[in-house]
Amino acid sequence: MPVIDLAITPLRELNSALHGIQPGSNDLSFEVVNPRGSHSVAVGIDTPVTVEVKGSVGYYCAGMNDGGSVTVHGSAGPGVAENMMSGTVVIEGDASQYAGATGRGGLLVIKGNAASRCGISMKGIDIVVHGNIGHMSAFMGQSGHLVVLGDAGDALGDSLYEAKLFVRGSVKSLGADCIEKELRPEHLTKLVELLEKAGVTGVRPEEFKRYGSARNLYNFNIDNAEAY
Amino acid sequence: MCGIVGLFLKDRSLERHLGQLLSEMLITMTDRGPDSAGIAIYGSAAEGKAKVTIQSAKSEADFARLEDDLAKAGIPANVSIKSTHAVIAIAADKLTAIRPILATLRPDVRVMGSGDSVEIYKETGLPKDVVARFSVRSMGGSHGIGHTRMATESAVTTLGAHPFSTGSDQCLVHNGSLSNHNNLRRELVREGMTFETQNDSEVAAAYLTSEMAKGKDLGQALSGALDDLDGFFTFVVGTKSGFGVVRDPIACKPAVMAETHQYVAFGSEYRALVNLPGIETARVWEPEPATVYFWDHQKVA
Repeated sequence: MPVIDLAITPLRELNSALHGIQPGSNDLSFEVVNPRGSHSVAVGIDTPVTVEVKGSVGYYCAGMNDGGSVTVHGSAGPGVAENMMSGTVVIEGDASQYAGATGRGGLLVIKGNAASRCGISMKGIDIVVHGNIGHMSAFMGQSGHLVVLGDAGDALGDSLYEAKLFVRGSVKSLGADCIEKELRPEHLTKLVELLEKAGVTGVRPEEFKRYGSARNLYNFNIDNAEAY
Repeated sequence: MCGIVGLFLKDRSLERHLGQLLSEMLITMTDRGPDSAGIAIYGSAAEGKAKVTIQSAKSEADFARLEDDLAKAGIPANVSIKSTHAVIAIAADKLTAIRPILATLRPDVRVMGSGDSVEIYKETGLPKDVVARFSVRSMGGSHGIGHTRMATESAVTTLGAHPFSTGSDQCLVHNGSLSNHNNLRRELVREGMTFETQNDSEVAAAYLTSEMAKGKDLGQALSGALDDLDGFFTFVVGTKSGFGVVRDPIACKPAVMAETHQYVAFGSEYRALVNLPGIETARVWEPEPATVYFWDHQKVA
């Protein structure tokens, strides 16, 4: 298994190696040591490679991931797994602002807390946060699932489209056009599946509340001008 | 963007390394702000003594015979020159008197900051050059803050560099941009504050000074800033014995903090903190929006 020491090897070499993996290659597991908060670690992966990052990363780790499995054994800076297409990203510690922003697919698991704007403009990604999330999370979320075992900050799901939000703890406030919705059997089934994938045990899906769009602000209506 | 760093030491044995630690933190933040850099360090305060940090673009001419000229004007002083800056040590009771005298004796000299313990060094250029120019690595102290600037609101000049100091032993570094600084500046001018630049961050510093002059402590002044300042900001501020952090309610400017039994540290990014002792086991967190964080040496057991 290639071990890349970012204290010695330039980041560009790591990302080039990940991008250069040929079909049929056997070297599909990478270990990255000494990331020391580096930006853009393991971005643009487009093969089913496994990357274990031993330490904390900075901005945009695993951005645009398409099929890779990236685990950060530490915390992640802003924009982790931004615009992920498919694959899995796991953060063992906390994640900073806009984790999983604009993600189109795949699974992002944050074992600690996520800061503000988690899942902003999400478009199909599934995000499971073991801890709490910050304010303005899932703002303009279009599709996908955001599952939060802890509490959510202010203005959850502001201007939400069709992303489905599940929160087990308290929600400080709901954003414009976001409402609590009925937790139906199909949602419970989906929650069980997501919790299992994210390695969550001892939690029942019934403990969550579901939030979604009231769909009043989809099209501009002058009567709703106050709500925008 | 701008990069901010701050280090507040609880463990006195680290005090001689403060300049070294802050220098490393500041240089790491170079790519957040290569226009200028600055640092404020709180050293030991000598009983009855005060310090004034001055700067001049023609320092050789301005600093020559400054001690003699000050003595003749009735202010016995000790002047230590560091590149374009000099620290004037005087009796504490001369702190108010020295400013008008300096303005007459050396009209081109700018006062960077003054107080019992603070020294402020700032210049345009890369952080590594600024740090070397003022031998920041060799400086000790109890706490300090630093800034690497990517200019947005005003010109790239020495005076436009952070930290901004508008009150005795007070200073502020800012990442962000304020939108109501012109109005606020006018109000503060009416209260009698003076300004050296058109910079929005100087207004923030002056606002805090003005609030503290009305009897608030730093924590209360920072709470007031959340109501009275409009725009984006992450502020890190220093007072003689205190260290405070606040972010606006939107909090889109990055901030990471770390605390151990030895120190409290602030960085715009985690990268700035990775060389600190014991960072692997430190409590690391992102400060909440619209929440004041404040430490004080007089309150640390």
